[in-house]
Amino acid sequence: MIDLSNIHKSYITGTNRLHVLKGIDLHVKKGELVSIMGSSGSGKSTLLNIIGILDIHDEGDYRLNGQLIHNINETKAAALRNKFIGFVFQSFNLISFKTALENVALPLYYQGVSRKKRNRMAAEYLDKMGLLDWSDHMPNELSGGQKQRLAIARAMIHQPKVILADEPTGALDSQTSYEMMDLLQAINREGITIIIVTHERDIAERTNRIIRLRDGNIGDDHQNGIKKETTGVFNRP
Amino acid sequence: MFDLDKWQEIITTIEKNKLRTFLTGFSVAWGIFMLIILLGSGRGLQNGIEAQFASSANNALWIWSGQTSMAYKGMQPGRPIRLNNEDYELLKKIYPDVEYLSGRYSIWSNQTLSYKNQYGTFDIHTVHPDYDEIELIDMKKGRFVNETDIKEFNKYVVISTEVEKALFKDGTEPVGTYIKVADIPFKIIGVFSDLDGRNNNSRAVYLPISTAQKVFGGTNRINTLVLTAGDASVEETKLMEQEIRTYLARKHKFDPEDDRAIFMWNATEEFERFQNLMGGIRIFIWIIGIMTIIAGIVGVSNIMMIVVKERTKEIGIRKAMGAKPWSIISLIMQESILITGIAGYVGLLLGVFLLETVSAQVQSEFFRNPEADFTLAVAATVILIIAGAFAGFIPARKAASIKPVEALMDE
Ligand SMILES: Nc1ncnc2c1ncn2[C@@H]1O[C@H](COP(=O)(O)OP(=O)(O)OP(=O)(O)O)[C@@H](O)[C@H]1O
Ligand SMILES: [Mg+2]
Repeated sequence: MIDLSNIHKSYITGTNRLHVLKGIDLHVKKGELVSIMGSSGSGKSTLLNIIGILDIHDEGDYRLNGQLIHNINETKAAALRNKFIGFVFQSFNLISFKTALENVALPLYYQGVSRKKRNRMAAEYLDKMGLLDWSDHMPNELSGGQKQRLAIARAMIHQPKVILADEPTGALDSQTSYEMMDLLQAINREGITIIIVTHERDIAERTNRIIRLRDGNIGDDHQNGIKKETTGVFNRP
Repeated sequence: MFDLDKWQEIITTIEKNKLRTFLTGFSVAWGIFMLIILLGSGRGLQNGIEAQFASSANNALWIWSGQTSMAYKGMQPGRPIRLNNEDYELLKKIYPDVEYLSGRYSIWSNQTLSYKNQYGTFDIHTVHPDYDEIELIDMKKGRFVNETDIKEFNKYVVISTEVEKALFKDGTEPVGTYIKVADIPFKIIGVFSDLDGRNNNSRAVYLPISTAQKVFGGTNRINTLVLTAGDASVEETKLMEQEIRTYLARKHKFDPEDDRAIFMWNATEEFERFQNLMGGIRIFIWIIGIMTIIAGIVGVSNIMMIVVKERTKEIGIRKAMGAKPWSIISLIMQESILITGIAGYVGLLLGVFLLETVSAQVQSEFFRNPEADFTLAVAATVILIIAGAFAGFIPARKAASIKPVEALMDE
């Protein structure tokens, strides 16, 4: 699903050049639940952004679902993101002047799905997240956990192959964080590949594979056997 | 091209950001409002002055007499000059091909008109047959004075609709009826209207000048001579002035340099001066108008720039969700066009509304019917839409070129 080989990325600020990723090799198969850890500034977000084609690497090959991501323009990148990827962000990134329903429906809008169908599907996903009663509310009327569940609904509505989550629990308390992980695990069981960037060991512990970034390289990459059973919040097929 | 979904998206955005929309729209509405007021007032001024000219032929040369102010061939200054029928004949001889020529002799002593027991005081002018073409009066019924009337000293009168209204309250058909002009019966041969904003022209009657000279006082006096210059240029009419002055000076024995012996008013010259002035005013108004619009465009562009900055994060989110650059550009441009279009239209309506209101209130001699015509309104609307597109384009392109990562990091 995701094949990175010898990925390099540098940031140039003024005269300084910061070499953030120094030849990353990473392969994530379909259906994996992966977490990426590492100290602050180690390049986790940079890596995730490259995987999500929000940013472009300087060197190396990146294949998404077998397609080489090379020399592509923003229009092409947008189409690929819309087709393959769902995003969940630490700061939710909901559009503040749109209702919960409209926010969830947004990826479908960019797929050209009709308004009626869009809204029906958005309502369905809101229902799955237990947020149907909140359809017409604005994001600022929701709690952190509700906002993140909204964001997850939005990340899933267009049925992407991969969900990329950059510290999805970073702004949540531990109880809500666990609920969020339950949700992501349940989604993963449907066959969707999920990559989570996190600082929290207990969050990483609930993924199947833990990757540690160190000095712009992969320092450690191991399968994680311990897999807690979940109480199914997200229990509908 | 017409994408209902996109419009719904834009309308939602506008609805939820009312203040921002209002600020953007206001500057445009204001600009167009000012433009319409400016252009309309300019038109009003032009209409007013044009009506002044339209009240009589704008190629006329009016001649009336005064008193000498210079000694000439042993005669003291202060001698009054009196024009008479011979001068009329003289002009006819000098200009055999003259377009229109008429003398005018006005009765000032007794201006009473009466019909049965109805009385009224009106201006009584006595003229030659060409006079209707010079004063530009509009015959409603019957006819104007003709050559036969002059030759046969017919006691005929042409009255204005005002006079008809005043004297024929009983509904009698005026043409063919006799009324008394200064106690002498005259037969009405026609009714005219002369709606040129000058009241006294529509409160007048015209008599054949020959009849009047005979009936009232038995003189051959003429107060005013008037001729039109066809399509002669201003230079040609000035030459005519010179010629006429020379002839009259010789005949009435005054110094041709004496500019108080006779006076002339050259409508051709005044009309050209007026047209140049109007041209200047129009250019001035357009320059100000265009600058107002440019200021509006810059204003909108600036606000859109701020708007795009403010919406950077939202744009980042949209891009992460799969929005293509073109979709962002068209989103912002269409929003900009919609806002400028509607705001401009509101400004246009308000401007036209104000003009209409003002036009009903203010009808002075020099300002009448300020109006913004249809072409102008269409032109303004087109300018607006182009302006909207222009104002939206630069910010939109900027928005579309922001990298999604950077847009998402924006706080
Ligand atoms: N757009 C940018 N321009 C310049 N430098 C950047 C940019 N984005 C990230 N960096 C730098 O690159 C390095 C890696 O950043 P990155 O955000 O990937 O770290 P991270 O591992 O996600 O850290 P954190 O855990 O704090 O989120 C940091 O030193 C950061 O300052
Ligand atoms: Mg990070």
